[in-house]
Amino acid sequence: MPRLSVAALTFLTHGPYDLTVEAGECVGLMGLSGAGKSLFLRAVADLDPHGGTAALDGVPAEAMPAPAWRRKVGLMPATPVWWHPRVGDHFPAGFAQGYTPEAVALPEEVTNWPVGRLSAGERQRLALLRLLARRPACLLLDEPTANLDRRGTARVEALVARYREATGAPVVWVAHDPAQLGRVASRILTLEAAGLAPGELAAEAGP
Amino acid sequence: MTLIHLTGWDVLLATALLLLLAGITLRLQLTVTRPLVVAALRMGVQLLLIAYVLEGLFASNNPALVALLAAVMLAVAGREALVRQRRRLSGFWGYGVGTGAMFVASFGVTLLVLTALVSPEPWYGPRFAVPILGLMLGNTMSAVALGLNHLFTTASAQREQIEQRLALGEPYAQAVADIRAESVHTGLIPVMNGMAAAGLVSLPGIMTGQILAGAPPVEAVKYQIVLMLCLAAGTGLGLLVAVWSACRRLFDERDRLRLDRLTP
Repeated sequence: MPRLSVAALTFLTHGPYDLTVEAGECVGLMGLSGAGKSLFLRAVADLDPHGGTAALDGVPAEAMPAPAWRRKVGLMPATPVWWHPRVGDHFPAGFAQGYTPEAVALPEEVTNWPVGRLSAGERQRLALLRLLARRPACLLLDEPTANLDRRGTARVEALVARYREATGAPVVWVAHDPAQLGRVASRILTLEAAGLAPGELAAEAGP
Repeated sequence: MTLIHLTGWDVLLATALLLLLAGITLRLQLTVTRPLVVAALRMGVQLLLIAYVLEGLFASNNPALVALLAAVMLAVAGREALVRQRRRLSGFWGYGVGTGAMFVASFGVTLLVLTALVSPEPWYGPRFAVPILGLMLGNTMSAVALGLNHLFTTASAQREQIEQRLALGEPYAQAVADIRAESVHTGLIPVMNGMAAAGLVSLPGIMTGQILAGAPPVEAVKYQIVLMLCLAAGTGLGLLVAVWSACRRLFDERDRLRLDRLTP
């Protein structure tokens, strides 16, 4: 079972950040707009130059080629980008079993749709399927439900929970809504320029 | 062979024609007036200078002087290719990538043409070596400038797309493959257009020159075909080297897109 550990991670003038996410655990990450949450996830995925290390199961990113590391720590950016003309072209190996378009309330033939036809919400739901189809060992989700209504949000939350429980993937979930993080995460941290502070569950998240 | 001699009036007439164009663009308040006049002035001065250099060179036949002129031509071509890119690699790399590629391709193909195809005696004889090298360098310079300009502007504009592909675990060469292919295509368009229109629309320069100087057309055409094929091959090879090494520099050893290595 993989466990994500981040040690003394620094980028630009941010950090150092230390974080351990146990296998199957979901950690919620909050912070002011512009605090560096997205940059933090990018540094963990080794997309930006940074100090410190990130490791899965004790194996640091530097021990493998960067593409191999990124396939393990699946990063879903806040605005997923589609580069082929057709949706299906982004799924070279098809869908992961159990993580098909029906799971996010989309028809099977969505693979034949041109990308331009997708709404922002559909793009986001499909981006999650696209990521899970590559079977990452860990999930770094940057506001994965920002463009979704309540039902779409509930479906994505359920899908991530199912994947986390089935594979034991550690999850870092960035969001602005404390109520959502109360539902999906076992603990919440607030990202500040100087480090990670334990954050409190908002009152309305309640039991 | 009878040479065509132009008088001062001919030069004056041609100059007046260009000034007419410059006047119109000035009147229309187009931004092109200044660079147009500067380019025309450069052309005149540079060609006059090279004429005197060539006269001296032909008289001496000294290989060291030929090599010196070749080095100067390469250095200038490298600079020209660099300034024609709107965004470029900063520091030494900006100059090095284009110039290195031009050196490998232009000098390689020119050597081949001189030793195996045209075979003047001696092979480094400036009457052949300098014009052929100039032809190779000029075309490779345009191709490298076009190709690298396309690569850098597109990579900057499509940064999010490239990084999305990297985030999904693609190696840099795969994430940039489409842009790389487009860049090579863009760079080769002038050479391909030149070949496609040759003979139908335009009569290429070297053969035109030979025909004007009195050579039989079939002989001139054979010469032109050989040169154009070598030119296309050399230009393409130089472009490939430039685009491939620029891509390598655009990403670091951890397959990260490094747009900070470009000038703003």
